[in-house]
Amino acid sequence: MSTTSQLTATKWFLACDVTDVPTNGGVCVKYNETQIALFFFARRNEWYATQNLCPHRRQMALSRGMTGTVADEPKVACPFHKKTFSLKTGQCLSDESECSIQTYPVKIENDKVYIGIPEQE
Amino acid sequence: MKIVVIGNGMVGYKFCEKILAKKLPDLHLTVFGEEPHPAYDRVHLTDWFNSSTDQLLLASSDWYAENGIQLELGDPVKYIDTTLKRVYSAKNKILDYDILIFATGSAAFVPPIPGVDKQGVFVYRTIDDLQKIRAYAKNAKSGAVIGGGLLGLEAAKALLDLGINNTSVIEFASRLLPRQIDDQGSNILKNQLAALGLQILTNKQTSEIIGEPAITGLSFKDGSTLDAEILVISAGIKPRDELARLAGLEVGERGGIVVNEKMQTSDPSIYAIGECALANQMIYGLVAPGYEMADVAIANITGTEKSFTGFDMSTKLKLIGVDVASFGDPFTSPETSTSIVFEDKFSGVYKRLNISNDGKQLLGGILVGDAADYNLLLQTCKNKLALSGNPQDLLFTNLKPGNTASAGISQLPDEAIICSCEGVSKGTICDKVTAGCETLDGIKKATKAGTCCGGCVPMVKDLINTTLSSQGKYIRNVICEHFNYSRQEIYDLIKIQHLYSFDEVLEKHGHGEGCEICKPVVASILASLWNEMILDKGNDTAQDSNDRYLANIQKGGTYSVVPRIPGGEITPEKLIIIGQIAAKYNLYTKLTGGQRIDLFGAHLVDLPYIWEELIAAGFESGHAYGKALRTVKSCVGSTWCRFGLHDSVSYAIRIEERYRGLRAPHKIKSAVSGCIRECAEAQSKDFGIIATEKGWNLYVCGNGGSKPQHAVLLASDLDSETCIKYIDRFLMFYIKTADPLTRTATWLNKLDGGIDYLRNVVVNDSLGIGDQLEAEMQQLVNNYKCEWKEVVTTPALRKRFAHFVNAPSEKDPTVQFQELRSQKKAAEWK
Ligand code: SRM
Ligand SMILES: Cc1cc2nc3c(=O)[nH]c(=O)nc-3n(C[C@H](O)[C@H](O)[C@H](O)COP(=O)(O)OP(=O)(O)OC[C@H]3O[C@@H](n4cnc5c(N)ncnc54)[C@H](O)[C@@H]3O)c2cc1C
Ligand code: SF4
Ligand code: FES
Repeated sequence: MSTTSQLTATKWFLACDVTDVPTNGGVCVKYNETQIALFFFARRNEWYATQNLCPHRRQMALSRGMTGTVADEPKVACPFHKKTFSLKTGQCLSDESECSIQTYPVKIENDKVYIGIPEQE
Repeated sequence: MKIVVIGNGMVGYKFCEKILAKKLPDLHLTVFGEEPHPAYDRVHLTDWFNSSTDQLLLASSDWYAENGIQLELGDPVKYIDTTLKRVYSAKNKILDYDILIFATGSAAFVPPIPGVDKQGVFVYRTIDDLQKIRAYAKNAKSGAVIGGGLLGLEAAKALLDLGINNTSVIEFASRLLPRQIDDQGSNILKNQLAALGLQILTNKQTSEIIGEPAITGLSFKDGSTLDAEILVISAGIKPRDELARLAGLEVGERGGIVVNEKMQTSDPSIYAIGECALANQMIYGLVAPGYEMADVAIANITGTEKSFTGFDMSTKLKLIGVDVASFGDPFTSPETSTSIVFEDKFSGVYKRLNISNDGKQLLGGILVGDAADYNLLLQTCKNKLALSGNPQDLLFTNLKPGNTASAGISQLPDEAIICSCEGVSKGTICDKVTAGCETLDGIKKATKAGTCCGGCVPMVKDLINTTLSSQGKYIRNVICEHFNYSRQEIYDLIKIQHLYSFDEVLEKHGHGEGCEICKPVVASILASLWNEMILDKGNDTAQDSNDRYLANIQKGGTYSVVPRIPGGEITPEKLIIIGQIAAKYNLYTKLTGGQRIDLFGAHLVDLPYIWEELIAAGFESGHAYGKALRTVKSCVGSTWCRFGLHDSVSYAIRIEERYRGLRAPHKIKSAVSGCIRECAEAQSKDFGIIATEKGWNLYVCGNGGSKPQHAVLLASDLDSETCIKYIDRFLMFYIKTADPLTRTATWLNKLDGGIDYLRNVVVNDSLGIGDQLEAEMQQLVNNYKCEWKEVVTTPALRKRFAHFVNAPSEKDPTVQFQELRSQKKAAEWK
């Protein structure tokens, strides 16, 4: 483990069109062998991306989960057992002992959605 | 500080969890476990038969790694050098410690009966034991359990559930649960267990286990014998103190590692906690005291003073299908107390409450057949609350309307332990509520109360409510943080203001973005009110997952497909088509308990294609995924049955087609029977209809499921039209007034005035809303459309049934199946 955090370059890849994502819901994006869940909060016009795998029972399901907020923190609830995860930090909000999920940056350009993948050298 | 824990059982695990919470800066924690799995929930061991090892785990192996705990599984500690402070494991790991924790638990005690080493003789303690029992039980036709205590009965029930119908329980004493209940209670319990199919033999001492090389039976001291091809011995526990003995620590005469009130052994840097520890000359064979011991040990290790002074051993039996509980002192004598006894042999209920002779205090008691009041009685007893009024009332708290736990709970002192597993007191919970933590989830997170066995959850809820109301807060069952309204208020607002989407409702009456609690509630109200396509108007993402994809999600992420088969009647042609579709899409098929066919294991992307073919063949959605009308079961009725009074199948189909697609606070089920023999089980349904000589009898508010309750008669000898009129009114009234996720039975139980009130509203139209309710129902009936038909013919809706947005035709490659009896099943959870 190193103590200094390294600056990693981010690679942006084109996921889909803005209109492909249901308002206030998610879709699953395929990036090579990885599955990424992408969410759109219409009222706040915010986009989030996380791993699609729910760490609880290892189900590829978070993109099919329900979005929402708790005290203004955006979150998603897994459809299987309703564990909830922060979309900002990836932390599990409903169960302290549950693992966190990975989050990814999202940007919108010309109605296209791009997800940022940390570049590994 | 280097801490080594020996034993990764329930208490050993809890020790890790609690010491991590102390966030010690220099902690090196190593855990040795003899079993191959990380710590699991032994209390719910029997659930293993119906779930998996993974589901029982208290934490995954990842959890240990992530928290910096070195976990050595399948590697028991074999030797301890207390001078060098060093442990040696079976796999030759050698480790130094500053503090050593014994959490080695106990093993099943096996009495020295000749033949205990024969094949087919087992104990009941670990997952490994259960694996062996399950494998061996396949070839056994008769079984026996030695020991009629809590664990013995649990094991006996497990043998029954494994298909060994001929199972006996052998108890040496004159009654079952000799340490918890008295003779009278035992007799009632015996009858109840006999009804489950268990043979109970008391006053029996086993002299030998017979058979060679495998067990074939038992012989007893009284000369009798019993056939048994499998035997489980559950005659008590024996603390695992062998390693401590070897290390020279002081152990008790009858076993157990001797500890002081700080949980220290005779060597001050070695502690013992859980079932291996002998504290106050006692072995505490329950988890809650074990958790308390872990707490005490940690306090002393980290330099705070705390002592273990004993623990209440009140218990409630789970699982067996008959409620049994005992608390306080169950066997007081007439000198000190008077017992009030209630016995109802008919329904198998026995209650004994021991009241002090001055009538002021509850000293203990026994509950068999109905233990609903256990929590409250236990608290009343433990906290020595002064009894007011007639002590007899304690026997029947649940019979009086409005008399709930909340009446007694306010009297409990702040120190009263509400959650005994996690040791959380009333004061701690109330303080959190006062500080603004006003939901059950919030309290669970903040205090851990209710997170272990869950038994105290109803009390925690009551505490939250009483605390809030004592602060002058008006408790409505508000939906969640986003809506400051009850379901009924939101229902009225949506109706009066003609709102049609979740977003509109949130905009007008809520705040924030909504969440997984309010979204489905509002979406369900919208569906109940307008019966529009549920995936329109952006409401798709407000629907619960199953409603959003119009199918039930299953283990692994595939879905099930359930076409409607009204009344359970189906033509040979349609059966063939279901078969063909199932074969084409490789689906597992099974007849359901609701008289129809479920096709499991469909990939998300296949759903529209499967439904397209089903719809072309004349099928429509069965709404198996919705809080909606499910099935109307039928018996064959007068068209074929020699006893049938009317044509129950035709009537069931008519009813099912009338209410199909109807959405409600919870699912609704119905059935129609052609005569009082009741082959359609109508009295276990939300509404059920039974033919009489003169017409139909209508029963309402029954259900099966986790808390079965029979339906009650609402009206008799109705003609077919009036019966439907009453059902319209009944269902609409339920839809309007029930709380979210409340089945009709629970709704009726909470309804002021109960069935008489309901009958007044529905039959006598006492509120004058009969016409309105009927008109509203008729509008819903008119608006019905098959949702799946709309999806397959609407490209924008169809598009949502893709796994990958950027590769819409690809299936989820991680989905896996296993083979079983020449069909497939979902791969086990990881
Ligand atoms: C398929 C079926 C079991 C079977 O193979 O027979 C079944 C399967 C499920 N039941 Fe059931 N129940 C099935 C008949 C029953 C019955 C028997 C009946 O309907 O006659 C009952 C007891 C009767 C009753 O409900 O009063 C029953 C009581 C439950 C309950 C407990 C309800 C309660 O109030 O306690 C649940 C949980 C819930 O609804 O919240 C449940 C929930 C479920 C779910 C939806 C659990 C879930 O969310 O995944 C299961 C979905 C499986 C799937 O993927 O499709 N199921 N379930 C039956 C489908 C009947 C049908 O044709 O639609
Ligand atoms: C079927 C069943 C039902 C039960 N129901 C209830 C109930 O309803 N309520 C209740 O309160 N209690 C119940 N109990 C009792 C409860 O499970 C125990 O009180 C609890 O598990 C004790 O925890 P423990 O950590 O002390 O021991 P255990 O959970 O037994 O864990 C001890 C662990 O240490 C390991 N070990 C032993 N020696 C060594 C060594 N030398 N090196 C490494 N590891 C070692 C053992 O293999 C074991 O895994 C039930 C028990 C059973 C079997
Ligand atoms: S089908 Fe019903 S009873 Fe069977 S496991 Fe699922 S929910 Fe439980
Ligand atoms: S699999 Fe996600 S919560 Fe259980």
